[in-house]
Amino acid sequence: MSALLSVQGLRVGFGRDPQRSEVVKGVSFDLGAGQTLGIVGESGSGKSVTALSINRLVDFGGGRITGGSIVLERSDGTPLDVTKADESSLIHVRGRDIGMIFQEPMTSLNPVHTIGAQIEEAFRLNRGLSGRAATLAARDALDRVRIPDAAQRLGYFPHQLSGGMRQRVMIAMVIASNPRLLIADEPTTALDVTVQAQVMALLAELKREMGMAMIFISHDIGLVAGIADEIMVMQSGQAVEQGRLNDVLDRPQHEYTRHLLEAVPHFNGGRATRSDGKRTEAATPVVAVDDLVVRFPIARGLFRTGAGSVHAVDGVEFDLLPGETLGIVGESGSGKSTAARAVLGLVKATRGRIDIAAGRSRRPVQMVFQDPFSSLNPRLDVESLLAEPAIANGQRVDEKLRQRMMFLLGRVGLPDDALRRYPHQFSGGQRQRLCIARALMLNPDVVVLDEAVSALDVSVQARVLDLLIDLQHEFGLAYLFISHDMAVVERIAHRIAVMYAGQIVEIGDAAAVLSSPQHSYTRRLIAAVPAIERRQARFTIDATQVPSLVRPAGFEPAPPQWREAGADHRVRVEANP
Amino acid sequence: MNYLTQRLATFPLILLGVSVLVFVSIRLIPGDAITAMLGTEAGLLTPDQRASLAAYFGIDQPIYLQYGRWLVGLFSGDLGISVTYGRPVLAVILERFPLTLELALLSMVIALCVGIPAGVLAATRNEGPADLGIRVLAMLGQSTPSFVVGLVIIFVLSVVFGAVPPMGIFTPIYVNPLVNLSQLIFPAITLGFAFAASVTRISRSAMLDVLSDDYVRTARSKGASARSVIWRHAFPNALIPVVTLSGIEFGYLLGGAVIVEQIFALPGIGRLVLDAISQRDYALVEGCVLFIALNFLIVNLLVDLAYAALDPRIRLGGR
Repeated sequence: MSALLSVQGLRVGFGRDPQRSEVVKGVSFDLGAGQTLGIVGESGSGKSVTALSINRLVDFGGGRITGGSIVLERSDGTPLDVTKADESSLIHVRGRDIGMIFQEPMTSLNPVHTIGAQIEEAFRLNRGLSGRAATLAARDALDRVRIPDAAQRLGYFPHQLSGGMRQRVMIAMVIASNPRLLIADEPTTALDVTVQAQVMALLAELKREMGMAMIFISHDIGLVAGIADEIMVMQSGQAVEQGRLNDVLDRPQHEYTRHLLEAVPHFNGGRATRSDGKRTEAATPVVAVDDLVVRFPIARGLFRTGAGSVHAVDGVEFDLLPGETLGIVGESGSGKSTAARAVLGLVKATRGRIDIAAGRSRRPVQMVFQDPFSSLNPRLDVESLLAEPAIANGQRVDEKLRQRMMFLLGRVGLPDDALRRYPHQFSGGQRQRLCIARALMLNPDVVVLDEAVSALDVSVQARVLDLLIDLQHEFGLAYLFISHDMAVVERIAHRIAVMYAGQIVEIGDAAAVLSSPQHSYTRRLIAAVPAIERRQARFTIDATQVPSLVRPAGFEPAPPQWREAGADHRVRVEANP
Repeated sequence: MNYLTQRLATFPLILLGVSVLVFVSIRLIPGDAITAMLGTEAGLLTPDQRASLAAYFGIDQPIYLQYGRWLVGLFSGDLGISVTYGRPVLAVILERFPLTLELALLSMVIALCVGIPAGVLAATRNEGPADLGIRVLAMLGQSTPSFVVGLVIIFVLSVVFGAVPPMGIFTPIYVNPLVNLSQLIFPAITLGFAFAASVTRISRSAMLDVLSDDYVRTARSKGASARSVIWRHAFPNALIPVVTLSGIEFGYLLGGAVIVEQIFALPGIGRLVLDAISQRDYALVEGCVLFIALNFLIVNLLVDLAYAALDPRIRLGGR
């Protein structure tokens, strides 16, 4: 096999003395034409720097290649050592021979040029097209990546498109250049799971149809399993393990690979749900939400008259029993966070009833937020942070309150001397434990956890989930657990509500919803979860767009029709099943 | 266009506030127009003569009546009579304004033509010798007072080249463009020197920010040339702070550049205001300040419109 790309002993350093601050320390691999190499590793492992070295973009980020060689076979068959090439020949390598897709679709497109102009530029630079021919080619490229109304969208600016659409525009630019090697650096990390599946499907199709070789970089080994032929595991700038995909996944040799494989949250299709605390009749709900509607008016003109509104939450109803976890799943913009905030009174409900049965506390609902780094005031020590809710509730800081702080710190697994320390002295997982302790200070009945473990590393995530379950048993807490991560929700939820476009489309017992999903959106969501078991999956392209939630003034959705799918399992009837 | 009418509707309110402020504050300065005009001879006036002069200029009445009368006049385009010039205030201002406008435009053109390339060059050669040189020059430009620059220019012209910059009677551009330009180019360079230094610094820092943005990396990954990366992808995104700064500086220059006008003996708005204040020419001061304020409002509006033209994400008037 003649290699398209051959990397030998690559070393890359940064700063004034690159030799001494290397982040890639001798990486070697070969990549044949049409093959896909997956590079896996956690942040800081050097995987992105390796990728950026291949087209020498690393130079612009302050990096220097300090050793090794990167030999690329160019389209005319001549080999080129990229590490020794000068900038003027590299310009022709970039785009034409090596295309690249980046992690952040929101910032990777130029905000001042239309997407049409940006795709046309790729055709102009790498295919010599210009004028009308370039425009037509750009339209075809947008068609290829399944962007509807391609001709019209050419005139759009990036900010007028969603993240998934922007990433498809990035792919269209790669199609325009038709490179023989595509480097995709965490291309779906910033995207929702169903959008991720769409982008993965597109990449798989390109690979197949255009015979492109690909280097696919991700922290998610499950995602890489779906597309790669070969896999390379990186840790601290070195490849600790590399080989055929199946060999590495089934017979991992290195300890770190095994650790990575274990830490991946496994989604088990409803087989790993909790067995404790099943619903029994008779209990009175601690939270009952009926016909909850939250709309944000869109004001226009001099007199700020309503020109319509965003229907963020549209007729949501659910109840939550004491000691129960309701997982709310859905993607960004589905209204799950807004619904939770309405329960807390953080946003005003436009309509509907929220009944909260206050049992133990005057403040029965408390919240834990997603980002433990920004939700703790860095200037307050832990004692002040924990005292805050009590002070807001009219209590004073006395020995009794300090006793409670110590008790809760012990319960969430933090040392007693934590009281005098500041948030920056704790790790991400410890901070989230602090936030949980803070939420429990007033002895609430309900805790709203809004993506509370999403910002944590996978191994830390698992421990915080265990803590949450323990605390639930001990204090009889009810959780409203909001997440986009199906594997996490499967572990902690008794019941699950699936939200889509501001509405609950399916709700019921966790095992029932996950094992026999009834609504088409629930099925899409579950099908999109990547898994190590699904290797080199035949992704099917599904270009379904999330509908716009902006409605004209006076618009009322039709009242929901429900269908019973089981003992505790209700599904919204779809318009066109 | 809705946005434009909204903005324009706020102009009269702001100008009204400005006019009240000036009307009151100038009367807080001790002294009056008659004393200022006649000097020591004012002591020879009989009280009757003084009273009738005061009545002629309309400064014998209570301040609110004076203001009311001035306001009524304003709506019919009458800003009053200048005591110093014995002519309508508006006519005096409009006579001086072309010079100030031309000088401001000229120095802005110089500043942008020098400052933007210098700033972009410095950013692309970050920490290299060119960058260091440009940064030192820019620092020098910002910290050198304009009278020093002006005097050096005059000195070099007259002593080294033996050429005297044409001073004296100012020639408007429509009378003789060549003479006009020769009169204005050196003052414009003097003003443009500091202006260019600010533009250089702000374009450099804006470009440095933008060059590390993700979309610049995307452009490079497409195979765009260095020139295209800089001017097509990065530069348009770095323009907003440059426009902001240029707008503010230009607005100030429209208020006149007293020192440079003085050094080069130019009859601009700056010296007009200065003289009017020392002469206690109330009507003229009020007229000038109002005029300067209006200019500032217009420049600000143009800057905001430029933002929307430069960045498609900015939609004026909110949503």
